[in-house]
Amino acid sequence: MRLKKNIAVSDTGFVFNPTTGDSFSINQVGQEIIRLLKEEKSVEEVKSNITSVYEIDASSFEKYYFDFLSMLRQFELLDEEDEH
Amino acid sequence: MEKKPFERPYIKKLQAGMPSKFGMKSQAEPITHIDNIPVSELLNDYGSPVYVISEKTIREKYKKARHAFTTRYPKVQYAWSYKTNYLDAVCRIFHQEGSWAEVVSGFEYDKAILNGVKGSQIIFNGPDKTDEDLKKAIENDSLIHIDHFDEMYSIIALSEKSGKRPKVAIRVNMDTGVYPMWDRFGFNYENGDAWDAINRIMINEKLDLVGLHTHIGTYMLTSNAYKIAAGKLADLAYGIERKYGVSIKYIDMGGGFASQNTLKGAYYPGSDTLPSFDEYAEAISSAILNSELNPRNLPILILESGRALIDDAGYLLGTVIANKRLSNGNRATIVDVGVNLLFTSFWYEHEVYPAAPVSEHLEETTIYGPLCMNIDVLREAIAFPLLKKGDHFVIKRIGAYNMTQWMQFITLRPNVVLIGLDGQVHIIRKQESMDNITEQEAVPVHLKEI
Repeated sequence: MRLKKNIAVSDTGFVFNPTTGDSFSINQVGQEIIRLLKEEKSVEEVKSNITSVYEIDASSFEKYYFDFLSMLRQFELLDEEDEH
Repeated sequence: MEKKPFERPYIKKLQAGMPSKFGMKSQAEPITHIDNIPVSELLNDYGSPVYVISEKTIREKYKKARHAFTTRYPKVQYAWSYKTNYLDAVCRIFHQEGSWAEVVSGFEYDKAILNGVKGSQIIFNGPDKTDEDLKKAIENDSLIHIDHFDEMYSIIALSEKSGKRPKVAIRVNMDTGVYPMWDRFGFNYENGDAWDAINRIMINEKLDLVGLHTHIGTYMLTSNAYKIAAGKLADLAYGIERKYGVSIKYIDMGGGFASQNTLKGAYYPGSDTLPSFDEYAEAISSAILNSELNPRNLPILILESGRALIDDAGYLLGTVIANKRLSNGNRATIVDVGVNLLFTSFWYEHEVYPAAPVSEHLEETTIYGPLCMNIDVLREAIAFPLLKKGDHFVIKRIGAYNMTQWMQFITLRPNVVLIGLDGQVHIIRKQESMDNITEQEAVPVHLKEI
């Protein structure tokens, strides 16, 4: 699971999809996850990364993480081809 | 290293287009305290959910409403509308402030008596008064507002037996230019029924016609309807004076003043569009003062406002149970407050606030209650902060009707607490227990064993 390659992410929390022209705003935790996804980190790596910085346990984070991914999928920001 | 506070990750699509100049605030201000008591402490001490009532707000609202009328009309009397909230502590605050009681059933009548209200200061409204209720009301010199001719003849028959002369008023319904017109209660003004009722009372002489009453509707969005109604009642009072030489002692304009909640489907928030007490007061007072009635012998103006006096004083505090995504990707938040506790969510877009500071990110959310029923929706769509399981929230302006129309459905009703003027928190209705429910039930012998 990774972010589409052409998605642009600014440091101030904006995401731009040049294919569709859509732009998005994200909060800070969202930004960090997107950064980690861009680096093609695994679920476990994202989880340990975030839980070491933020006040959240791993199982709670996992819930929010998969919810966030479903939103990225809804907005067509994920590159899912290599999963098949 | 200290960890940063976590907010669930969130992404929102930005919509291009013209910004709305009527745009609402995009940040949710938290309500962390109610009358200086932390919301978290209230939930911790009294459980979740919990109803909280502010005595300070009730008294302030009452004084404001009273002031709006007393500065415009010489004789004003409020009567607390029991059906809006008949918790004894709440009623007694209004009675301490000088309100009479306005009741619509034998149950409410008994409650008012138990609260120490004098019989002569109880207004008895409503279509369902049993003979037993009426006997009590006649005995106590209460003000009986007649709803229909059947009731009038019951009262006449009872007065013959008791030898007392009951004090009555008639309820009048009328066209005030608003839709829908309420014509199910009382006697119609335009078709002559009201005069018919008045004539029968005056000719019969067994009843003492002391007042005229109307209640033109609920949540009235325009004060002008009250002006028309007050004018029509004043005309009736003047007509009675001329025809029978009897002065009507009071004109009761009922209630129906809006609180500042936003009705479903309204484009602008209620706080921006609804008339103030001053506007209602101006409309009613000026109509009576400008009528033909003799200014040296004006009737008392009675007001039965309920919702507008108590809504703001009530809060419902609760906790997020879960978040989920609906099939279209929209967020849904499930909370521990359902329509069983917040009946008014069928009418209003209630304001829901986080109980702790949150980031500026809001997400279009549907808020569901905990009942396993499809109708259990508190808000269809609200820009809501990113609350997670266990976070607390506060629903504002819920003091009216929710503590009388609540339902004991699949769960027990929670504590109701009052934050007193003394700054202390008092339980004014204990949370229900299983015993409260089962002690009312009986199991036939053949069903004892299963």
